[in-house]
Amino acid sequence: MIIAGRQFSSRLIIGTGKYRSYEQMRSAHEASGAEMVTVAVRRVPLDRSSESFLDYLSPSLQILPNTAGCYTAEDAVRTARLAREALQTDLLKLEVIGDQTTLFPDNEQTLEAARILVKEGFVVLPYFNDDLIMAKKLLDAGCAAIMPLAAPIGSGLGVQNPANLRIMREQLPDATMIVDAGVGTASDAAIAMELGADGVLMNTAIAESEDPAKMATAMKLAIEAGRLAYEAGRMPKRLYASASSPLSGVIK
Amino acid sequence: MKVFVNGELREVKISTLAELITELDLPVARIAIELNREVVRRSDWDSTMLKDEDRIEIVHFVGGGKN
Repeated sequence: MIIAGRQFSSRLIIGTGKYRSYEQMRSAHEASGAEMVTVAVRRVPLDRSSESFLDYLSPSLQILPNTAGCYTAEDAVRTARLAREALQTDLLKLEVIGDQTTLFPDNEQTLEAARILVKEGFVVLPYFNDDLIMAKKLLDAGCAAIMPLAAPIGSGLGVQNPANLRIMREQLPDATMIVDAGVGTASDAAIAMELGADGVLMNTAIAESEDPAKMATAMKLAIEAGRLAYEAGRMPKRLYASASSPLSGVIK
Repeated sequence: MKVFVNGELREVKISTLAELITELDLPVARIAIELNREVVRRSDWDSTMLKDEDRIEIVHFVGGGKN
């Protein structure tokens, strides 16, 4: 998977939230084989000493700061600038939420923030609704990849609109497309990959499973399998049977 | 002098941003600071003078995948 000229051998990007312990998070990260993990930016608590969460991440992992929790382009841009200053990375997962119940993205604010951040030299990876026209606008704005959702964040519903992902893949063959949000289990990740995604970003599906390290392994394998199937090119679907054995020479 | 730190109004007896971080006893690794909505680079913390009613945001990183 290539993002802004950087090659990643794993097609899985994972989150760092909702784990029951840092140790559990670390074992899931290791099992997943992911090379990139996403982290959120928040105010430092002033009334108590806080552990440095980043110390629990393997130093070999690429950290992808995100703007989760932002509801306006302005807040997302401010958050992005702070993240870059603290981590000295241009990579950014841009997320501008439009509604608390669905956590659906505000596409208009996302595009506005993307335009500003690209001009400032960020490598912008935007979360957005699975919409081809929006994808084109984000790419025209200079985003390094497109990250359409599969389903609402944390819902685990899996790919709700496979046709949209497939259309985006077919119409934007050169874009790096990472399915972000909504995956619930391994088959969901495999489906996203079979539809032509270059990668999948997930958090809850691993963190909220009963055995996150095992689910992380399952996701790793599903993503590899889905990618192989996509590259292999699936057989056409037919309504009726098509015999696999020769029709002649059957004993009478 | 009174300044807002992460939204809280605080009485402080310091004059620079670097001194504020020391007074708050914060770990300095991998945090970032905004003064009145503009990021202040780490190299400028020492020379950044604070004034009454300044608004300072100090952030770090937490676990999170989505929202």
